[in-house]
Amino acid sequence: MSSYEARFKVWRGDVEGGGLEDFAVEVNDGEVVLDIIHRLQATQAPDLAVRWNCKAGKCGSCSAEVNGRPRLMCMTRMSVFDRDETITVTPLRAFPVIRDLVTDVGFNYTKARQVPAFVPPEGLGPGEYRMMQEDVDRSQEFRKCIECFLCQDTCHVVRDHEENKPAFAGPRFLMRVAELDMHPLDAAEEAGLDRRRTAQDEHGLGYCNITKCCTEVCPEGIKITDNALIPLKERTVDRKYDPLVWLGSKIGRRSSAG
Amino acid sequence: MVDRQEWDVVVVGAGGAGLRAAIEARERGARTAVICKSLFGKAHTVMAEGGIAAAMGNVNAGDNWQVHFRDTMRGGKFLNQWRMAELHAQEAPQRVWELETWGALFDRTKDGRISQRNFGGHEYPRLAHVGDRTGLELIRTLQQKIVALQQEDFRETGDYEARLKVFQECTVTRVLKDGERVSGVFGYERESGRFFVLEAPAVVIATGGIGKSFKVTSNSWEYTGDGHALALLAGAPLLNMEFVQFHPTGMVWPPSVKGILVTESVRGDGGVLRDSGGRRFMFDYVPDVFKDKYAESEEEADRWYDDPDHNRRPPELLPRDEVARAINAEVKAGRGSPHGGVFLDVSTRMPAEVIKRRLPSMYHQFKELADVDITAEPMEVGPTCHYVMGGIAVDSDSAAARGVPGLFAAGEVAGGMHGSNRLGGNSLSDLLVFGRRAGWHAAEYASGRAAARPRVDDAQIDAAAAEALRPFSAESGEPAEGPPENPYTLHQELQQTMNDLVGIIRREPEMKQALEKLGELRVRARRAGVEGHRQFNPGWHLALDLRNMLLVSECVARAALERTESRGGHTREDHAAMDRAWRNVNLLCALTDPTGGLAATDPVRGQITLARETTEPIRPDLLALFEKEELVKYLAEEELYE
Repeated sequence: MSSYEARFKVWRGDVEGGGLEDFAVEVNDGEVVLDIIHRLQATQAPDLAVRWNCKAGKCGSCSAEVNGRPRLMCMTRMSVFDRDETITVTPLRAFPVIRDLVTDVGFNYTKARQVPAFVPPEGLGPGEYRMMQEDVDRSQEFRKCIECFLCQDTCHVVRDHEENKPAFAGPRFLMRVAELDMHPLDAAEEAGLDRRRTAQDEHGLGYCNITKCCTEVCPEGIKITDNALIPLKERTVDRKYDPLVWLGSKIGRRSSAG
Repeated sequence: MVDRQEWDVVVVGAGGAGLRAAIEARERGARTAVICKSLFGKAHTVMAEGGIAAAMGNVNAGDNWQVHFRDTMRGGKFLNQWRMAELHAQEAPQRVWELETWGALFDRTKDGRISQRNFGGHEYPRLAHVGDRTGLELIRTLQQKIVALQQEDFRETGDYEARLKVFQECTVTRVLKDGERVSGVFGYERESGRFFVLEAPAVVIATGGIGKSFKVTSNSWEYTGDGHALALLAGAPLLNMEFVQFHPTGMVWPPSVKGILVTESVRGDGGVLRDSGGRRFMFDYVPDVFKDKYAESEEEADRWYDDPDHNRRPPELLPRDEVARAINAEVKAGRGSPHGGVFLDVSTRMPAEVIKRRLPSMYHQFKELADVDITAEPMEVGPTCHYVMGGIAVDSDSAAARGVPGLFAAGEVAGGMHGSNRLGGNSLSDLLVFGRRAGWHAAEYASGRAAARPRVDDAQIDAAAAEALRPFSAESGEPAEGPPENPYTLHQELQQTMNDLVGIIRREPEMKQALEKLGELRVRARRAGVEGHRQFNPGWHLALDLRNMLLVSECVARAALERTESRGGHTREDHAAMDRAWRNVNLLCALTDPTGGLAATDPVRGQITLARETTEPIRPDLLALFEKEELVKYLAEEELYE
């Protein structure tokens, strides 16, 4: 067991403003960044605000930016840094700061509400659902999402473009649309809901220009771009070859910027 | 001025039980508020890995509710509130199927039905699952169902939150009362520190467990026993708090992740436990009551996976209490792994690809946190505090708390269902079955009171506010009592005390010592001071949570001292055997001085009074599900006679 003293810079402040504060803090074998933040709370800064829950990479609460990269603090081992490196921890940049490392992630909950829920098929009661494993694999991949919102934070469409937020649901919720669209028993179409069209028209799929930043930061390793967003775009494009749909999409709407 | 709102039903907690209760209450017409300490969708339920136990019989058609009931009673060593175990076994399949109609996607059988896996103590493959992330699927499905209901309300009223609202990142510190009955809750917003009151005739407590009172635990920071303490303070008794489940397999290294859960699915899918010499030691630890149900040789155990009808189960799949004690004994005997656990191996049992597909989170967790590749080498594991069987004493059918009209409880915070030990997989089903029942009966109770809503008393609000603000003045006040205390230090001392003195193996002198230490900590906790202000201040939040952890810890220690036998999640070195005379004895914890309100200052006299109660006899038709020879091992003479 070897311990050493690490140098940390942690952003402290609130909606009024703030800045990086320097700390020197003990680090032990096997620890993660969240352990160090907890040690700061217990020994140097009892009111240092941070969100966390499971400390096992399952709940997606402790999202922050470590040396500028969006990460889960509980899954970021200290051993990935050089011992003489100063480690900078800042709140998620795409969301308004509440205090210290805690941001207002309300944007995501608003977007979640705008995606129409699963539509159960008529005539199938509880216990009567039959689905093959290979048909649920794809949607199951998307349901691995722990809603850490790192993809929402890193996505360049909104990261430095607050003005895009109203029109763009972000990778997490476009993936939710894809998940429902690929659900073998979702009866949205029968109920008159075209999920692919809403992805384009209401959730801003067109803003995405598939730079795969979301996939890179996903702690669950979900291939958001390749498996959710690109297929959703392809399915949407199929629709757009329908001249009536194409015409309709050109009337009364500006084309998307992505 | 404290913000006040009126609701019909308030649900405290947004894990599986809380969300299921809220859905039910709202669907039955009650305007329902949910309050949770974390963000919506982050509750501890997400950490459940293995699955939801429900006798659907999809994999083995021999399964039915009677078999599930039997397994549950055996797992709990017959101390279970049998009516709860019955309702649970009967209703669990409906609750799982209903999740599919809300969009859940479970792993499938070859014929397209919900797949079910083996688990400790379950006779047949019974756990509906999604890889090893079943809890996440459950919480997300319930969360999305809540959103679906809000979308419905939006279409009708133009307001998503007209009938169902989630107050996230809020903590409830008091249940308010009008005379005997519930009148609402008092709490604060973590973000701003602002106080608020939700007035409601019915309150459902669904706050989960107490693990954060122990040092080595699989539980998250939220598990500070809030609901247990809220009920006690409101005058409701807690049942059988001595029963705390130590999950046999938590990570033991590195130190910073010690306690994090390693799912039982590892064993359910074929993983085996070995000592430092590579021996499968579990064959030495099959207790008499289970002798005829578990394999005697490795060969038989290995054949069972493919031919369960002609072979008996491997002893690695004994109930959790048995496996945890066995691991503890192996380590104590010097046959442990380098970091003080034992070896859990799947690498020699399954191809790497199968491991990655069936146990993806475990693969990920060990790779990322411990540099261990579980497809190539064994894991090191040891017991970790995981679950409390004890909890709020409730009516089996309605989930109503005893003695406080309008108070309901469901999920881990409610007692009785699991007896002295819970089977893996029975928690998620418990949340759904009794979450729904609590929501249903709370809504019904509230609608009956619509005309005469209870009155919320200003004096109670003022007292609750003063109690919550105390940590800010602690540093300057009353120097005669002693210096201000750091809440983090107090918490660490409490965790060490419970871990060392009221842990997996218990002894009378140690528990007495624990009670003295808890008394001392209680006095010092009155001086827990905090810096800074009320906006998102974790030091303050912890100072307030300490009250709950100290109350609940005292319940655990007192009840554990009182029960002079070993049963399930309560193991006494000085009373090593299960005693049939204790089979029908419940221990109830109540607040000694319910009017005292704030924490007692006297370290000697505790805050908790214990009472013994004889359990209701098990209904004859349920007893008839067991062989006489088996019942003889559990039931007292006079019970058998009847």
